[in-house]
Amino acid sequence: MKVATYTRFEILRTFRNRRFFIFSLGFPLALYFLIAAPNRHETDIGGTGISAPLYFMVGLAAFGTMTAMLSSGARIAGERAVGWNRQLRITPLTARQYLRAKVLTGYLLALTSMALLFVSGTILGVRLSLSEWLSMSGLILVGLIPFAAAGILIGHLLTVDSIGPVIGGVTALLAILGGTWFPIAASGPLHDISQAMPSYWLVQASHVALGGSGWGARGWTIMTAWAVVMTILAARAYRRDTARL
Amino acid sequence: MLRGVTNVAGHVAQGDEIRLAGLEKSFATPRGPLHAVRGVDVAIARGETVALLGPNGAGKSTTIDMLLGLAAPDRGKVSLFGMTPGDAVDRGAIGAMLQTGALIHDLSVREIVAMAGSLYPRPMGIDEVLDVTGIGELAERRTQRLSGGETQRVRFAIALVSDPDVLVLDEPTVAMDVESRNAFWATMREFAARGTTVIFATHYLEEADAFADRVVLMASGQVVADGPPTEIKGMVGSRTIRATLPGADREALAALAGVSSADLRGEAIVLVCSDSDVAIRALLAAHPGARDIEITGAGLEEAFLQLTATDRPGQTPVP
Repeated sequence: MKVATYTRFEILRTFRNRRFFIFSLGFPLALYFLIAAPNRHETDIGGTGISAPLYFMVGLAAFGTMTAMLSSGARIAGERAVGWNRQLRITPLTARQYLRAKVLTGYLLALTSMALLFVSGTILGVRLSLSEWLSMSGLILVGLIPFAAAGILIGHLLTVDSIGPVIGGVTALLAILGGTWFPIAASGPLHDISQAMPSYWLVQASHVALGGSGWGARGWTIMTAWAVVMTILAARAYRRDTARL
Repeated sequence: MLRGVTNVAGHVAQGDEIRLAGLEKSFATPRGPLHAVRGVDVAIARGETVALLGPNGAGKSTTIDMLLGLAAPDRGKVSLFGMTPGDAVDRGAIGAMLQTGALIHDLSVREIVAMAGSLYPRPMGIDEVLDVTGIGELAERRTQRLSGGETQRVRFAIALVSDPDVLVLDEPTVAMDVESRNAFWATMREFAARGTTVIFATHYLEEADAFADRVVLMASGQVVADGPPTEIKGMVGSRTIRATLPGADREALAALAGVSSADLRGEAIVLVCSDSDVAIRALLAAHPGARDIEITGAGLEEAFLQLTATDRPGQTPVP
């Protein structure tokens, strides 16, 4: 058995889907140029000393990678709708291999989304040191773990009709609560809710490039908790959906 | 007339047969539990081609799901050549075409068959599979651009690519035109001739008759007959005569040559025939006034009602 071949076709098929490309990769990119390009000479956004192209690049990197990761759910729901899952279950492909291919594909998309935004940022004048690029990217990739599990979870819970709006709604809400679009107030109930969201810490991860300090003990704890809870729920949803002898 | 379940493979070592023993399966529905399968016992020897014949709702698909390990039986056991369904699947011993199913998009026919093949320990060559299933000319076409019949043929190729010991096909020819249907059965026969065990579900009596060595007849979740196709055809292949004949006598009609049972519905008569040619002559000889005559081949549903009705002695079968 060659799981690598299976995974390769899985990736090939994902990257061939035009609609998916437009929504998952094109949308954050278009949004970036729309917001950042007119303000590209703004070097001190809101008195923070951060340039507009940089600020929106890191915000959209969090948004774009989150969307890319959750889009695994849409593909899973689509496969379930046409019965492809049942077909796979009568092959020697194990659940672990199946899920690994899904997560790997999700990560590849997230990386592509990130790379496109970083290149666009550079075009609009963003300059960072190599260590800043790397530490930001690394922490984002770790921060995507709960989203990888969440993608699998919703893919096995929702139907192909309902998953599009759910992904759209959830990412929009998470993006707002995470402080993608505008900074969250430093205290108050919104601040508390926001801090409990995985998207908040994903945005904090990308804010490393803005001189942020990353996660700290609180961030790691909350993200670990999200990763564990989402993984357990995803495993349960998968098992319930595919109960086999 | 009703035969019990034949234990055809009684003499065969248990490791060399497929055995469904006492299978039962219910589903919860809003209107209470649905007993989809209620006690199915079948043993299938290696190399047999067996049709699971029955109307919709007979429990064929649920039985197949349990055979493949896609559903767990409430009671009973499935063994494939001494293995559990899960083990047989892991070894690549089973190839299956499920009843519902389409193909994932954005891959060519060759790619999707290769993708499926990559999952098995010893797959057939991709060109060989495309060739035997007659879809070589579709190889470069994207899966979303296939017709219903073409999709079925690609699904068949996916079922074959593992070079399985057992081929399980659930209503495989649905959505196929006559030409694809013939090509499909020709390919399937080749595989059966190579010693592959084939189990297929169908609600077409003709398909079961033409392609199976043995027919397992299912109705309401149970096996109601099991035997060679000719025998089953004799049981369910009866015809019905309907006519208008005021004042007819049921006993007299039932006694006519070629008639196995008679029923009155107002002025209409319904005769279930063992031989409709003989029966129509006898009817017209005895009752020249009979009009609005209609002779129809019994549908499977009707035939099953008959079969299950004869199960209870003293009751006239109502078609």
